[in-house]
Amino acid sequence: MLFLIVVLIAYVGMLALMVGANVLTVSWQDIGKVLRDPDIQRSIKLTVVTCTATAILSVLVAVPLAYLLSRYHFRGRAFIDTILDIPILLPPLIVGLSLLILFNRVSPSTCCGMMAGGLWLAAFVGFLWRVKGSGRAMIPGSLLFLGGLFAVAAVLTRGAGSLEEVTSGFGLPMTFHPLGIVLAQFPVAAAFAVRTMRTTFDQISPRYEEVAMTLGCHRGQAFTRVVLPLAGKGMVAAGTMAWARSLGEFGPVLIFAGATRGRTEVLATSVFLEINIGNLPGAAAISLLMIVLAVVILMIVRFFVGRGGAI
Amino acid sequence: MRLEIKDLTVRVGGFVLSDFSLAVAEGECVALMGPSGCGKTTLMEAVCGLRSGGVLSGRILLGGVDLTDLPPGARMIGLVPQDVALFPTLTVREQLEFGPKLHRWDRDEMRDRVEGLASDLGLSQLLDRLPKGLSGGEARRVALGRALALRPRLLCLDEALSGLDEARHDEVLQVIRKMIDREGVTALHVTHSRREANAIADRVVVMGPREA
Repeated sequence: MLFLIVVLIAYVGMLALMVGANVLTVSWQDIGKVLRDPDIQRSIKLTVVTCTATAILSVLVAVPLAYLLSRYHFRGRAFIDTILDIPILLPPLIVGLSLLILFNRVSPSTCCGMMAGGLWLAAFVGFLWRVKGSGRAMIPGSLLFLGGLFAVAAVLTRGAGSLEEVTSGFGLPMTFHPLGIVLAQFPVAAAFAVRTMRTTFDQISPRYEEVAMTLGCHRGQAFTRVVLPLAGKGMVAAGTMAWARSLGEFGPVLIFAGATRGRTEVLATSVFLEINIGNLPGAAAISLLMIVLAVVILMIVRFFVGRGGAI
Repeated sequence: MRLEIKDLTVRVGGFVLSDFSLAVAEGECVALMGPSGCGKTTLMEAVCGLRSGGVLSGRILLGGVDLTDLPPGARMIGLVPQDVALFPTLTVREQLEFGPKLHRWDRDEMRDRVEGLASDLGLSQLLDRLPKGLSGGEARRVALGRALALRPRLLCLDEALSGLDEARHDEVLQVIRKMIDREGVTALHVTHSRREANAIADRVVVMGPREA
């Protein structure tokens, strides 16, 4: 028991000391100065806007993916499950670097070609599994068809320049642009949102959908009328989790969106920029602001998830 | 309506229910008994259309209509599952209206049906309550009402009385029997209890143990 208490005190104490060190470095004047700084005000606004956009996008992607993984048992599910966790395990800088290369060195034609190849490979593997007759494969025909569409798109987009040039052509520049911040935050935030939604759907008995279907619902109606209302708190928790992850995202944002003061500066990059110019109290004041935001987010998550699970 | 199950083989995971046949006359209530794992629930789920991918062979006919390939919602079968599965976010009234609303019933017809069922099942005072505040017996009665609201052609009760204390058990048992008679619906009732089977059913069918 004593050992457990020592470990608890050591860990909680370390966290408290880290926050305490920040507090000791900052005066009320520093906080006031930071909050009055127009660049930091813009940074706060951009942080709130990009984190909110990323959180919404993450939940929109997480709900169907998590539902698929929770309700459908198909060959390759464990593989897909693992792939969805990769952004969590990947070093953040690599996420940013990969996005930078993808948007600036790879053409849409190559992207579509790679997608076609991947889908056809999945279709082939699915076909082999189906031939073996040992369970349901992931609809090889549909994968083949989708792969075909990507192949056609690959041919049609030949010579279109880089992905960045194409998105810029549509008025959606990504690299070193505020929109890029959302894209840089998204992979990791979405991975956390998928995990949270998966837990939520796992906790909702499939029996509700089955009963709803006997009463006349098709699967889509059973999902929207029965499952989705039950998953509401889980969706809030997933969104909040994604928001909190996005708040702390620094490496990918720095590499892909840059750290241009007043343009692509979010709070995490503000801390970096303040340290770069030797303004430690300023950096600590912004850190405190982020800590407060993180604690508020944590309390929201605990309120929704901690009391009675996802439902 | 008359239910006919002909040589039905269903696979669920590693379990296979082989060549099962059963005929239930119109308005008859049949209790299905058997040891755990013999396939009672699998059979009931197959009849309801919830294991359609697992049906390997055989036919399910209700009133002469082949249901085997129909989706669950087109079968007009009411299900009261073992865990009741009342939708947690809906009030008792909304539970009873769930099926009729999906089938776009006329508003007055739906209100009459819901209030009639609520009265018959002793739920009139509970219509605005959420499932969270209901007792086990009340929840069973709501689940029964929800299953009967659409005037199904077959009522499936999957160990719907398990987990109730003796007093509530007998009370709900009588309500179920009364409602089956009143609605004139054909019923399949899965149970482990011989006493319950004898009390509710016109006929008891005992399923054999799972084949090795």
